Amino acid sequence: MRRGPVALGLAAVTILALPLVAPVYHVLLMLPFMAYAVILLGLNLLFGYTGLVSFGHALFMGIGAYTGAVLTTHLGVRSLELILLASAVLGALVAAPVGALCVRYVKIYFGMLTLAFGMLFYTFLLKFYRLTGGDEGIRVLRPSLLGFDLAAVSKTDYLAGAYYYYSVAVLVLAALLMWRIVHSPFGLCLRTVRDNPAKAEALGISIVRSRWYAFVISAVYAAVGGALLGPPIGNVDPTLAYWTHSGNIVFMTLLGGFASFFGPVLGAFVFIFLQDTVMSVVPYWRLIFGAILAFLVIFAPGGLMGLFAGRRPGEVSRA
Amino acid sequence: MTANLINILLGGVFHAAILFLVAAGLQVVFGVQRIFNLACGSFYALGAYVGASAVNAFTGAGGPPALFIVPLALAGLLVGVVGVVVERGLLAFVYDRDETFQLLLTFALVLMLEDIVRLTWGTAPYSTSALYLAYGQVNLLGATVPVYNLIVIGASLAIALGIGWLLTRTVFGRIIRAAADNREMAEALGVDMRRVYAKVFTLGTALGTLGGALVIPATAAMSEMGIELIVEAFAVVVIGGLGSMRGAFVGALVVGVFRAVAIAVYPELEMLMIYLVVIAVLVLRPRGLFGRVAV
Repeated sequence: MRRGPVALGLAAVTILALPLVAPVYHVLLMLPFMAYAVILLGLNLLFGYTGLVSFGHALFMGIGAYTGAVLTTHLGVRSLELILLASAVLGALVAAPVGALCVRYVKIYFGMLTLAFGMLFYTFLLKFYRLTGGDEGIRVLRPSLLGFDLAAVSKTDYLAGAYYYYSVAVLVLAALLMWRIVHSPFGLCLRTVRDNPAKAEALGISIVRSRWYAFVISAVYAAVGGALLGPPIGNVDPTLAYWTHSGNIVFMTLLGGFASFFGPVLGAFVFIFLQDTVMSVVPYWRLIFGAILAFLVIFAPGGLMGLFAGRRPGEVSRA
Repeated sequence: MTANLINILLGGVFHAAILFLVAAGLQVVFGVQRIFNLACGSFYALGAYVGASAVNAFTGAGGPPALFIVPLALAGLLVGVVGVVVERGLLAFVYDRDETFQLLLTFALVLMLEDIVRLTWGTAPYSTSALYLAYGQVNLLGATVPVYNLIVIGASLAIALGIGWLLTRTVFGRIIRAAADNREMAEALGVDMRRVYAKVFTLGTALGTLGGALVIPATAAMSEMGIELIVEAFAVVVIGGLGSMRGAFVGALVVGVFRAVAIAVYPELEMLMIYLVVIAVLVLRPRGLFGRVAV
């Protein structure tokens, strides 16, 4: 696997140089990509490494995004570091009890329970108008970065400049941390729990606790990524927490390939840019993306990474 | 007071009657094929649009308004044949896969059908011309109730009984139950599972499309109606128990009436209460009220 580091280095150079060479439009498209990349790195700890498919992760994205909105709009906190920290803490606080209930189940029941929690939060956002702004949501004011108040900079310069590199830094840190997690003994435990729960138990690994840790960590990632999603849009609304949004991020993970560490990141990238390309031609991106998803599920469950690596689907699909 | 109460309750039961049809479709597919079909809400939306189109064509051709329910129900049932196409064309490839992939394939269907509806009927709400009150209204204990609502409730009850009869009293029903219990054994006894799956999925689809068609005189069709209804149908099957027809019936009543009462009493709570009930059921009694399979 010499190709891996080369590809990674090329990607890194491209990402760093992009704001200098690419049109602003594409630079701005990179912002949701990086936010989703953070979210998917976390989701894949649950999906790829632990074998649990959540259909309610939009809940945690929503928590992160709304934390940023409430802090900047209502509480006067503008520091993005504080926003990310608060999102992570809130995400963990909500994920701890929710996860404790969900990880007692696997497969379809896990998916259903996470879906129910996600929709519970969605309804809360929609109905508690005074707190959440109902279907209109809340505005996200421009956060300050590393203590620099950048209110004087034009919006495009802010987003395509400072905010862009800030997102890159968050993504790199998130990826490094996740790399450490999945290559630690704990990461190995998760894979054992996924592949052979009985053996894991016999080795003294607590299945439920491992899954629970994975759930909380992935929720923290989703909350941090969700908080990054807010400022480029400038507004958060309940659709962020809707169940189809949870489905979309699972789709992105599958698109890139859940069996590989960087697969979900690639999935987020292709999803965002392909969606933009399709929508510039026809508004019916769902029709095309649905067809792509159906194709992936049937013919290429290993996703794009699976195709690149030339693996046969049998090696990546779990029984 | 009583009039108000009757109104709320009957509104809830009407909604429950529709929900039952969609949830029954979900249940029969899950019971036999072990696939949680997220797309059954999309089939419901498809049925609604096709039903509305059929009725509009019918009245446009000079058909008597009093008979509108005939083209409506026929269109709802007939569009159920997309079930065969979906089952043979897509699902048949993934029966031996992890259920995650099956779930994602039905999610792909959700995405595709939503846009197919938008492509065909546009994004504006689509409805039939005012036929809702074509059968008039009756006075029940002081409450004014559209007769159409009573017809739908009656039809849904009849379908519930019909499904019960199909499952317990016919050869096909026996095969379905055998296949749900033990697929290998049923196959070993000479049951052609491919045909059973195609039939069962078509039945499930037709129930959903019929539910969509029947709701349409009372409300306008919108492209998001499918993804909204699926979460309610999901609540129904969780409360009732996955795979159980009796569960779908009771669950639909619980969700329908609960929702109607919540909307009338405290609108903020609406679906919030339903999801709390769903979570409580999943945590305390994951097999639901009538489900057989323990987790």
